[in-house]
Order: sequence, then C-alpha cells, then structure tokens
Amino acid sequence: MPVSVGHRVTSDHQLARLLQIGIVLEEVVEARSYHHYQSLDDAPALDSEIESLLEHAAAESARHRKRLEELVDELDAESVPFEEIETLVEAQYGSTEPEDFDDILYDQLCNEETAYKFYDDLIGALRASDATFGIDRDRLIDVLVEIREEEAEGVEEVTKLMNNR
Amino acid sequence: MNTADQYVKAIYLLQQVENGPASTGALADRLDVSPASANEMIGKLESRGLAEHEKYKGVSLTDEGIIQARDALQTYCIIERFLANVLSVSEFRAEARELEPVIDDLVAERLDTIIDREDDCPDCFDPETDACCHLKIGAESTETEQRAD
Repeated sequence: MPVSVGHRVTSDHQLARLLQIGIVLEEVVEARSYHHYQSLDDAPALDSEIESLLEHAAAESARHRKRLEELVDELDAESVPFEEIETLVEAQYGSTEPEDFDDILYDQLCNEETAYKFYDDLIGALRASDATFGIDRDRLIDVLVEIREEEAEGVEEVTKLMNNR
Repeated sequence: MNTADQYVKAIYLLQQVENGPASTGALADRLDVSPASANEMIGKLESRGLAEHEKYKGVSLTDEGIIQARDALQTYCIIERFLANVLSVSEFRAEARELEPVIDDLVAERLDTIIDREDDCPDCFDPETDACCHLKIGAESTETEQRAD
C-alpha cells in the first residue's frame, strides 16, 4: 500500500485532522497542567512561581483550543470534547506522575516544545502546499503563527524558571 | 516523521513480508515514488550506515537501520492507535499514511501519553494488515476494505 513521502497538506480533510490533533495536544497540556497544579497542593512548600506558570499554561491552552475549534468548525469537522481527553489523561497519568517540581517543569517544557514543533511543521506544510482550503489560507496561517509564537514564549518562560532554580 | 524514517520503516516491513531483502521495485511501490527516487534514497541510507544494497537482490537494513526502523514503526503505531482509538477514524490506515510525514516524533510522544500502547510495540505491528494487531477496529476495517475491493 503506498504511503505519501512528502510534507504537504493537500485537502480540507487532512487539514481538519491536523487541527484536531492540535486541539488534542492543547487538551493534553491543559489536563496535565491541571493535574500538576493539583499535585502542588499536596506539596509541603507551595511554589508560587510554578503555580502561576501552570495556571497560565492551562488558561493559554484553553484559549488556543478554542481558536483551533473555531477553524475546525469552519471546515465542517468535529473536535474531540475536552472531557474525553481529560479522562484519557487521567487514565494514563498515574504511570507518568511527576515526582518533584523539576519533573513538573520538565513535563511543561516538553508540552510547550511539542506544541511549538507541531505548529511550526503545520505552518511549513501549509506553506509548501498550493491547495485551496475551505477557510482563508492567510487567516489560517496568521492564527497558527500567533499560537506558535505564544508557544515559543512558553518555552522561554519555563526555561528561565528552570535555570533560576 | 522524516523521509529517511519512512524509508527504513518501509524496508523493515517489506523484509518481514518477503523474508529477505526488499526489492527496490516493491519499496518504490509501497512509498509511491519512482524507482529512481527509491534508488537515490537507498544510496543515502547506505552512506549513513543504515542499509546495505545488493545488486539483483535488494536492500536490507543494518543493525542500526533496524533500530531506527523500529523507532519509526512505534511512532507510526502511535499515530494509528491515536486515530483509531481517540478520534474513532475508521479509515485510520489511509489517514495515518497521509499524516505520517507531517507528524514529528516529539508530537507522537505526547500523543502517546493518552494511548494505552502494549509492551510488545512495535512487534505488535502486522505488515500484512498494515495495523497494530491489538487494534480491535483493525480486523473489522480490514474485512470492510477487502469487501470493498
């Protein structure tokens, strides 16, 4: 069975699927940040910097998710409800639960880096394609570039916090 | 997943099916590229120490190539399982092939945090059905595809 060797987005369907993956990635970040945040409550000394970082990360992911959902709606596709992803994150969380603050920060760094890489690849694949989509291409790329920049800022924030510890 | 990873994965699976070296023609067919492109990439894989090509026989992966192919297959398994189990996509094979070049390993690793993968991955992958053998939806979907043929 042939596979496609290439790095392009060529149809609305493929685009919608990739945006859905973006939504799930944001949902994973949101749910994991929430869990990490909860685990801080049990910690002997509450770290206010990490607390505010996680709070900010969860809120930002929720915002990104909504923006992606609006794009998916325009493509006439459905997104996966957050509750469903939260349940999946919960089911797997036990085996990957962080042990200390450094683990939490490292996980958060992976979240931000992964999201950045995802949007960066998606933007590259969209720019490499001359396909016409059901949504305005420039607006689509603008939204993704904005989100990608926020992820880059997120990487910077977590790195700064890690270096200061 | 980059192009080299797609090639080593395809060679790995073809070697399993053919129980020997993978022919350039079969590789080109599987990847839907021209034999010339396949040959060019095989040359690159050889120079990186990932594969060995023997005239009239075909291409085989080196130990290093096998390690890289198994990593790539795990990433592919994650994409398939994610599509089938999380997004409930019935045509998950076709879509996984479409998405494979655009999904980076980092992204697959994050998606893996919500997927219950079995310990035997990537040995769970059946090259004949082109799917993880633990996917219940795999058997149903294969039957549907065969009927459709």
